[in-house]
Amino acid sequence: MNIIISNASGDPIYMQILNQIRQSILSGELQAGDSLPSIRQLAKDLQVSVITTKRAYEELEKEQLIDSVVGKGCFVSGANKDFIREQRMKRLEEKLLEVIQDSKELSMSQQDVMEHLTLLFEEDQTS
Amino acid sequence: MNAIELRNLTKIYPQFTVNNVSLDVKRGYITGLIGPNGVGKSTLIKMMLGMVRPDTGSIKILGCDMPRQEIDIKQRVGIVSDDCFYYEDVSIRDMKRIIAPFYKKWNEQKFNSYLEQFELSPKKKIGQLSKGMKIKFALAVALSHEAELLIMDEPTSGLDPVFRRELLDLLAEMMQDERNTIIFSTHITTDLDRIADYISFVNRGQLVFSEAKDEVLDRYAIVKGDRQLLDSDIRKKFTGVRETAFGFEGLVENRHEAEQLFGNYAVFEKASLEDIIYYNAKGGRAHA
Repeated sequence: MNIIISNASGDPIYMQILNQIRQSILSGELQAGDSLPSIRQLAKDLQVSVITTKRAYEELEKEQLIDSVVGKGCFVSGANKDFIREQRMKRLEEKLLEVIQDSKELSMSQQDVMEHLTLLFEEDQTS
Repeated sequence: MNAIELRNLTKIYPQFTVNNVSLDVKRGYITGLIGPNGVGKSTLIKMMLGMVRPDTGSIKILGCDMPRQEIDIKQRVGIVSDDCFYYEDVSIRDMKRIIAPFYKKWNEQKFNSYLEQFELSPKKKIGQLSKGMKIKFALAVALSHEAELLIMDEPTSGLDPVFRRELLDLLAEMMQDERNTIIFSTHITTDLDRIADYISFVNRGQLVFSEAKDEVLDRYAIVKGDRQLLDSDIRKKFTGVRETAFGFEGLVENRHEAEQLFGNYAVFEKASLEDIIYYNAKGGRAHA
């Protein structure tokens, strides 16, 4: 697993770590039961503070992506892929609700939003 | 659990006063003591080490009273300072022979491997060592007696960038054991930007804040924009502002509030610890 910290990024460091570990889990690079480096080892390797890595792990635990076992360390959770997908779908839905709210403020119709989305999909495919 | 507890420390000097400082240093973490030169960082460190007695207040180190239990405390503490405490005219090897017997848990093997790693020749006289080499020697001693608490006064000031990075690794290595604690004072904040967990900011003899570094960096922001945006009310929101013919740049303590105030009219950037020190020192002086 690679974790790359960018100082130029606007995201806080804990979030960069969180996102990259989450990505590794969701993509299947890290499998259920795989062990993660300890909070202190990760802090040392990335040259960041212990609080930063601790926070990243705590968030991952909250999302039920990892389990921490006292005295043994942290492991990728056994929670199944359906659950992970469900979690992601839930987050996506929240974002879409935000889009709907914003489009209402801009007095865009459902049709307008759909067309816009289609356009963006097409742009994404050609790029 | 606190490794160091300072309570209401006051020390009055003719030119300068440490004013009612209370500070907790959390066990298991790295704390950076930051601030401009001559604001009391070294005085606080010297109080922790029993080298300066406060006029009033109390000091607890690793749960023991300073200075009453100083001898017990010093067994468990490693000290690195840019002031050299060692005899100038003796060699590193002889100095080690003098120091080692004082420590119950002296680890000769560890000491020798640090000398090798730091490229320090045991035959060299302390007085002939460069500033950086003296700090390396002090560090070798500090890391060779199983210290639980490392107290360092300006450790990186005499060091080149190569060893500064190596030092970060050595400190992180020590922090693999969660019972260990490190506090260091510095005005070179780029080192701290990386590894410190907590930041304690001292300015003009007083503690400005002491909290988790990430929280500090999230809270503060640098705001840049047109000078016409500034009026006397808005100026009050800034810790300090620098104005030029081309615009202003200032530090705000509450990023959220400033974002609502300026909206898209100003540019917001993350503040560095250096920005925070600079504007606090400068802004404070302007008001005084």
